Amino acid sequence: MSRSDVLVDANWAEANLTSPGVVFVEVDEDVSAYDKGHIPGAVKIDWKKDLQDPVRRDFVSKEQFAKLLSERGISNDDTVVLYGGNNNWFAAYAYWYFKVYGHRSVKLLDGGRKKWELESRELSTDVPQRAKASYSAQEPDTSIRAFRDEVLVAINTKNLVDVRSPDEFSGKLLAPAHLPQEQSQVGGHIPSAINVPWSKAANEDGTFKSDGELTSIYSEAGLDAAKDTIAYCRIGERSSHTWFVLREILGNQSVKNYDGSWTEYGSLVGVPVAKGA
Amino acid sequence: MTAGGGCGAPDQNASVDVGSETVISGRVVSAGTPVAAAYVRLLDASGEFTAEVPTGDGGNFRFFVKPGDWTLRALSTAGQGEQRVSAAHGLNEVDLPVA
Repeated sequence: MSRSDVLVDANWAEANLTSPGVVFVEVDEDVSAYDKGHIPGAVKIDWKKDLQDPVRRDFVSKEQFAKLLSERGISNDDTVVLYGGNNNWFAAYAYWYFKVYGHRSVKLLDGGRKKWELESRELSTDVPQRAKASYSAQEPDTSIRAFRDEVLVAINTKNLVDVRSPDEFSGKLLAPAHLPQEQSQVGGHIPSAINVPWSKAANEDGTFKSDGELTSIYSEAGLDAAKDTIAYCRIGERSSHTWFVLREILGNQSVKNYDGSWTEYGSLVGVPVAKGA
Repeated sequence: MTAGGGCGAPDQNASVDVGSETVISGRVVSAGTPVAAAYVRLLDASGEFTAEVPTGDGGNFRFFVKPGDWTLRALSTAGQGEQRVSAAHGLNEVDLPVA
């Protein structure tokens, strides 16, 4: 994998809005954003309603994912171009999720919704009518998804990258600064984790920094290229952004996203927790 | 709340109990007119990124912070702006002009 395989820019997107075999999909933290205007022809996936099991804390099943994509008119051979707000956090989460279920051709729109809006490119409120497809999902690829037990084993042996803000890492805050702080689990981080906030990897307009800049950010922070890596945040979407950088842009092979993240780890009984910078 | 369990932006117009929090709440304005769909980012005292939200129809935004010095930065189709804020416990209201 390299940058050109996994990212498209806004000019490419604009030139391919109606290309056969290309489907634009918006995924936002603010699930009402799509309804106010989206890239013409884009379909919407709701990160919560469509991608989370309604009862358990987990993905929807392989069958439910196949049903969702079939209903949205997405085929196995389509190139899916994901974009969203908040610097592509949830679009990166959806990218990782599509990869877990084995979709072959997925790309992120560099800069996401923010860059598109700031450049005053066209937004539409028309909801496209796509013919239903017959999608078949693969078995989940657990080589890119980490669960709590392997995170515990990874302490002091693998790279653990905590991509939350420094105040969340140190335990001063339990959530990002634009959210209420009412969560009840303990604050802090997984022992031996390094703290590289996701935002280090992005420019102000939401695009990803250059390969050279990205490489030095993580090596200066102490990421050991010879070791496997697990990224985490609070619920797994900011860490999808970093997972995307490390595995899809920089091409590190063994990188997992721990989507249980701090909301799971910080609520576990009996596990070690570190506080402070 | 649009995404109470997530890391996403909550409703920027919802009321909030400021009794126990330190809140920076404000409006992005261009020549006195509110700017919707602006991107406001919160930088800490060392200039590091902390959070970002888009503004609602009234140009409103809100951050929960620790008391201290912060910088707000706005990007919008109406221009850019930057403003320093010394936040005290409770509600800190600010207008953030862009040009």
